[in-house]
Amino acid sequence: MELLSALPGAVAQGLIWGVMAIGVYITYKILDIADLTVDGSICTGATVCTMLMINGVPVWLALIAAALSGILAGALTGALHILLGIPAILSGILTQLVLWSVNLKIMGKANQPLSARNYAVLLSQMDIPMSIVILLICAVLLVTLLYLFFGTELGAGIRATGINPAMSRAQGINTNVTKLIGLALSNGIVAFSGALLCQYQGYADISMGKGAVVIGLAAVVIGEAVISKLPPNFAIRLSGVMVGAIIYYIVYQIIIFIGLDTDLLRMFSAIVVAIFLGAPYVKKQIASRRGIQKGGKTNA
Amino acid sequence: MLELQNIKKVFYPGTINEKVALCDLNLKLDDGEFVTVIGGNGAGKSTMQNIISGVFRPDAGKVLLDGIDVTPLPEYKRAKYLGRVFQDPSMGTAADMQIEENLALAYRRGKRRTLRAGITKKEREEYKQLLKELDLGLEERMTAKVGLLSGGQRQAITLLMASLSCPKLLLLDEHTAALDPKTAAKVLEITQRIVESNHLTTLMITHNMRDAIAFGNRLIMLHEGRIVVDVSGEEKKNLTVEDLLTLFTKASGTVFASDRAILSE
Repeated sequence: MELLSALPGAVAQGLIWGVMAIGVYITYKILDIADLTVDGSICTGATVCTMLMINGVPVWLALIAAALSGILAGALTGALHILLGIPAILSGILTQLVLWSVNLKIMGKANQPLSARNYAVLLSQMDIPMSIVILLICAVLLVTLLYLFFGTELGAGIRATGINPAMSRAQGINTNVTKLIGLALSNGIVAFSGALLCQYQGYADISMGKGAVVIGLAAVVIGEAVISKLPPNFAIRLSGVMVGAIIYYIVYQIIIFIGLDTDLLRMFSAIVVAIFLGAPYVKKQIASRRGIQKGGKTNA
Repeated sequence: MLELQNIKKVFYPGTINEKVALCDLNLKLDDGEFVTVIGGNGAGKSTMQNIISGVFRPDAGKVLLDGIDVTPLPEYKRAKYLGRVFQDPSMGTAADMQIEENLALAYRRGKRRTLRAGITKKEREEYKQLLKELDLGLEERMTAKVGLLSGGQRQAITLLMASLSCPKLLLLDEHTAALDPKTAAKVLEITQRIVESNHLTTLMITHNMRDAIAFGNRLIMLHEGRIVVDVSGEEKKNLTVEDLLTLFTKASGTVFASDRAILSE
């Protein structure tokens, strides 16, 4: 019973992190960039939203500001990568470090409560059913908007950049600009999810983004496994990422329920991601080894 | 049309691996010319194409297209003047995108990419017609991912993409080298058709002497970063592989060295 009562909370958490995971999907899957900015930008979204709301800014404006802060963070990573030629992964780490200081400065301390009792938040774990409804609306809107965006001329250019940058340039696409837009968009979404998260949990915390990349990747790979039998439609792929995040948080609740040490959860997440990311490579290795053996027997 | 003025390109200058790829190269193409380019290993054929398309910048010299100096323009900006097909069939298309999406990307070459639809209904009909003319049955598979297609089919689509949005110059970089002979012949036939129906000025690198002679109306041969043979008109029409080898030996003072060119005779 205890587990069942914890499930709605897991779904709500999963939906929030699913929004974040869609941001990760844009860089990791579409642009083919492993972007580590997200560990910082999710927290930036949370701190911006929290501080604005504490100072009386309405929630919708705080959400927009949070998304904009993420867009700036992504643009910084993009600028480091494009203008200075720093590898994307390192650019992300540098921005993450910058954001750590920025986040502390925005909050003035390591954490900041944002109680649903005192502020007109959009969602809160004190009212989980309502939160789930609002999050579902957000998720549907986000998936629809992204589906439309990646069908435009610009969106198609961003997709092409991730698949084949040389070809994209030959087709007149400025791949530096498309990468920058992709990184900015991704981190805007991640920061938006951070703004949702701080409202839901009732506080912003400097370390709330630690390991966010791994959770996002876990959601992406679980989601891919879930939808592998469905047609590879873009909206379905994005929905799969949301479902992946929900599954992740349900598993998380189960782990808590059976009394496993939650300190180990990040390690489990890393193991899950490693297995999923490594499986195709290992499969190929095994297949090629078998292939050689087979060839040897039949062709001898 | 295209003009290369005193192009010089040196790789790894000042090191033990220093390689002069192009040395005072001058070339002028007239409107509608179809030039085949042949040369041994390391003669500078691909470097020349990469200088024209902006993948590399020359150390000295200028690239002019229709009188416009494009030397300072980055690759993506030059793209609006050029249609390109590469040696590797996977290079010219986006594997994880649909056939029609690839064509739509090429259709927008040189135009601003905005938030308008990435492909319109009207375009789809146009593409269907163009694919039908390729005669590969691809018009029935317009939403298939390009990565599922064979090398020959992908080169045919890349050719079609290169010809969309009317380039000033078509650059073909050994675009049949990775294909089996039958498919290569088919792709060359499609090349000929597309060049003729769009009146494209074309620069086709090939390692195959027979193809270099059979196609186009002008032939140039590169050796050590210079043009050593340049024939056109009647003279080119009557050329044989033996003539070509003799011309080469006379001009360069060495024997033609390309395993592939010799083997493919």
